[in-house]
Amino acid sequence: MSPAKRSWRFVEPSALPGFGPALGLTMAYLSFFLLVPLAALVLRPWEHGADHVFAVVSAERTLDALRLSFGAAFFAACVNAVFGTIVAWVLVRYDFPGKRILDAFVDLPFALPTAVAGIALVTIYAPNGPIGSIIEPMGLKVAYTPLGVMVALVFVGFPFVVRAIQPVLEEVQIDVEEAAATLGANRFRTISQVIFPAVLPSLLMGFSLALARAVGEYGSVTFIAGNQQNVSEIAPLLIIIHLEEFDYAGAAAIGLAMLLISIVMLFGLNLIQAKVAGRGER
Amino acid sequence: MTDQLTRRGIIAGLGLGAAGLATGAFGQAAKAGPAVTLLNVSYDPTRELYVQYNPLFAANWAGSHGGQRVTVQQSHGGSGSQARAVIDGLPADVVTLALAYDVDSIAARGLINRDWQKRLPNNSAPYTSTMIFLVRKGNPWKLKTWSDLVKPGIKVVTPNPKTSGGARWNYVAAWAFALRQPGGNATTAEAFVKALYKNVPVLDTGARASTTTFAQRRIGDVLITWENEAHLAIKEFGAANFDIVYPPFSVLAEPSVAVVDKVVDRKKTRAAAEAYLQYLYSEAGQGVAARNFYRPRNPTVAARYRAQFPALEMISIDHPALGGWARVQATHFASGGVYDRITAK
Amino acid sequence: MSGLAKSPARRDPPFLVAGLIAVAVAYLALVVFLPLVIVFVEALRKGVGDYLAGIGDAEALSAIKLTLLVAAIAVPLNTIFGLAAAWCVTKFDFKGKNLLVTLIDLPFSISPVISGLIYVLLYGANGWFGPWLQEHNIQIIFSVTGIVLATTLVTLPFVARELIPLMQAQGSDEEAAATTLGANGLRTFFLITLPNVKWALMYGVLLSTARAMGEFGAVSVVSGKIRGLTATMPLQVEILYNEYNFVAAFAVASLLALFALVTLAVKTLLEARFSDELAAQRWR
Repeated sequence: MSPAKRSWRFVEPSALPGFGPALGLTMAYLSFFLLVPLAALVLRPWEHGADHVFAVVSAERTLDALRLSFGAAFFAACVNAVFGTIVAWVLVRYDFPGKRILDAFVDLPFALPTAVAGIALVTIYAPNGPIGSIIEPMGLKVAYTPLGVMVALVFVGFPFVVRAIQPVLEEVQIDVEEAAATLGANRFRTISQVIFPAVLPSLLMGFSLALARAVGEYGSVTFIAGNQQNVSEIAPLLIIIHLEEFDYAGAAAIGLAMLLISIVMLFGLNLIQAKVAGRGER
Repeated sequence: MTDQLTRRGIIAGLGLGAAGLATGAFGQAAKAGPAVTLLNVSYDPTRELYVQYNPLFAANWAGSHGGQRVTVQQSHGGSGSQARAVIDGLPADVVTLALAYDVDSIAARGLINRDWQKRLPNNSAPYTSTMIFLVRKGNPWKLKTWSDLVKPGIKVVTPNPKTSGGARWNYVAAWAFALRQPGGNATTAEAFVKALYKNVPVLDTGARASTTTFAQRRIGDVLITWENEAHLAIKEFGAANFDIVYPPFSVLAEPSVAVVDKVVDRKKTRAAAEAYLQYLYSEAGQGVAARNFYRPRNPTVAARYRAQFPALEMISIDHPALGGWARVQATHFASGGVYDRITAK
Repeated sequence: MSGLAKSPARRDPPFLVAGLIAVAVAYLALVVFLPLVIVFVEALRKGVGDYLAGIGDAEALSAIKLTLLVAAIAVPLNTIFGLAAAWCVTKFDFKGKNLLVTLIDLPFSISPVISGLIYVLLYGANGWFGPWLQEHNIQIIFSVTGIVLATTLVTLPFVARELIPLMQAQGSDEEAAATTLGANGLRTFFLITLPNVKWALMYGVLLSTARAMGEFGAVSVVSGKIRGLTATMPLQVEILYNEYNFVAAFAVASLLALFALVTLAVKTLLEARFSDELAAQRWR
């Protein structure tokens, strides 16, 4: 393919019809539901001047909320990366009774509404709940603390890592593994040098998805966080508070900040993922 | 009615891109059929009050209007955020909010006539209340009055004054208390409320969320809240866990009610909406209020329920030291006001 | 697969196998099972009578109706969109295709609260179109319409996400053949493409429905929480919870949890029976 010789074409010729209507519908739909509303998010913060945007975003309370949302989401994704890998490994490699049920339940956090998860988690970890009543006397407070935020985010992000690496684990070439074993590599070396590199790109992808989902999570967190200013107040809640205080520009400013940080973060993770995948193929 | 609105929702939902087609759909919704639906947008702790009051009013209205049915829908939240929702287009026929300023801010946008406070008796506040303390059983910290709340280590639960009406009454009570102390002035009062809010670990958006935080999540040593909300908490969570403390001095909280003129004129529901608010002043309405621990205006009803409302000194928001809601709002709660100053880190 | 597990290279020491299984089961039990169980335990705490009373309450019933209605509008819209988007992304090569795919995925990375917020910024009384809408007496925010809009945005990617990888893998040879033989576009689509992707489509519809019924953050921003009118089931759960009516809150929550379980069951069934057609990666 030599782009210099070819004239510029928007769409490659195809035997199939319907490109125009399908793309038209897609773009109209995206514009109505996503692009025009997003334009409001991008433009509205500035209506009281850039100073206001800066003041809102750089306020200690906003910074604390953003730190909590992104920090807790990051740690939750890390927890899920570790345990999600173990769960996926167990589900792919071992046979045991009840495995199918276990496998099916991995997706529950995806299907269970977040508000339901929220009231369930707070009931479990409240000082008088089944787990809270055990760990609280030990000095470990979960409900109404940043730790509670993390627990909720672990719940919502759980399926992503498992589902991302399951298919890859299934496909790791058995002969590669056998070869490694025949060549005298012990089990640990096989796993760390053969299997892990193959799984890593998917693991990173699952990690990014869990992270993206957790950063914006509101429903489950709002019940368990305690919503304490500067301590357990997440960024989405702060957006709602600004809205309720009638500060549209401030709400939009925090929303915009979240969106930008998310995009940069996911872009970075994608780069790493691409790099890792490229190295794996060599 | 619900079905009609729902159907309108479908129509508008399908209209999506061509929203213009749905023009006028809303205005026509209320006309059809003899039944009337009112939306009462209220603040947090009135949930139980209006659950009991609405059927009472509906029966009364049906009796005097040939059996016409009135359904009253409710929406509750922090008083400030509810006012915001009405300004943002929540189609409330009546608002029953925590304080006059929130109704004023709706009036300032032209949805309610500016003379609303004069349209009903007692400044359009059919019942009053006051802000008191709810403490853990046995009052372990011996909290008696406002000055006890600023002691180091005491955790005070109160909602966010920017979104909650009760929170603003709490703040005003503390401020007025500080002004009354020997040598009290604006500077000492500011220092006092600053010390008070330093002791606040959680600022919820509404009074109800604060009650949940204190009673259920067991955060804090004292909850500053509405008299009625404190009694409700005792009822819901058991007297074995909490005690009510009446400080010797507090604020006379006057929750205000008003018909939202723009909405009732559009929906043609003015008659029912006005009757709904007027009936709050009737003996039956006042009785419901009193049973829910709102202090009734009607002297007969007040006398009947005297035992459940301990006497304490209550300062009015219109007292010269405070100067009315407009001034308090501008000085304390507006962006960059005293409240922003004391909570800035 | 059990054959694979017997391969010597993959045979781990029994204590390790048992240990890892124990860790996985314990983690799932703690993170996933316990919350689910608690919902039903709390809902039935005061007996079946109170449970049924909680569900049968007029406000709860109207919340159920509203939730079903919203899903019944949002999901078909997103299904049509998903088919159209997948058709142009997988059957054609055009400039900016990657950007389009990214845009389709974008709602997934947007906080639900922001998804609600942006409609308030547009259609709220102080939004861009607010004054015009008010002049014409059109209510979007704080009405069913607003809830539908926010829900549609949140669930926008799901059907498209299921279809795109599968249709990409299937290529367009069959459709091309049909067209060459004289079938028109719509015929080709309904007779070839749709049957080829029907299970993935069903799967996407199922996921969208689950999410649409359970959406909380976006809906809570645009709803106004009028009881019996604009309170969806998840919002009703919150309202009841804030009224200390825990049994009723968990009763309504248990209905949502039941629906989630049905979703999982149908999904497992679909996967077991049509695994090859669904094999395309789900969580890209």
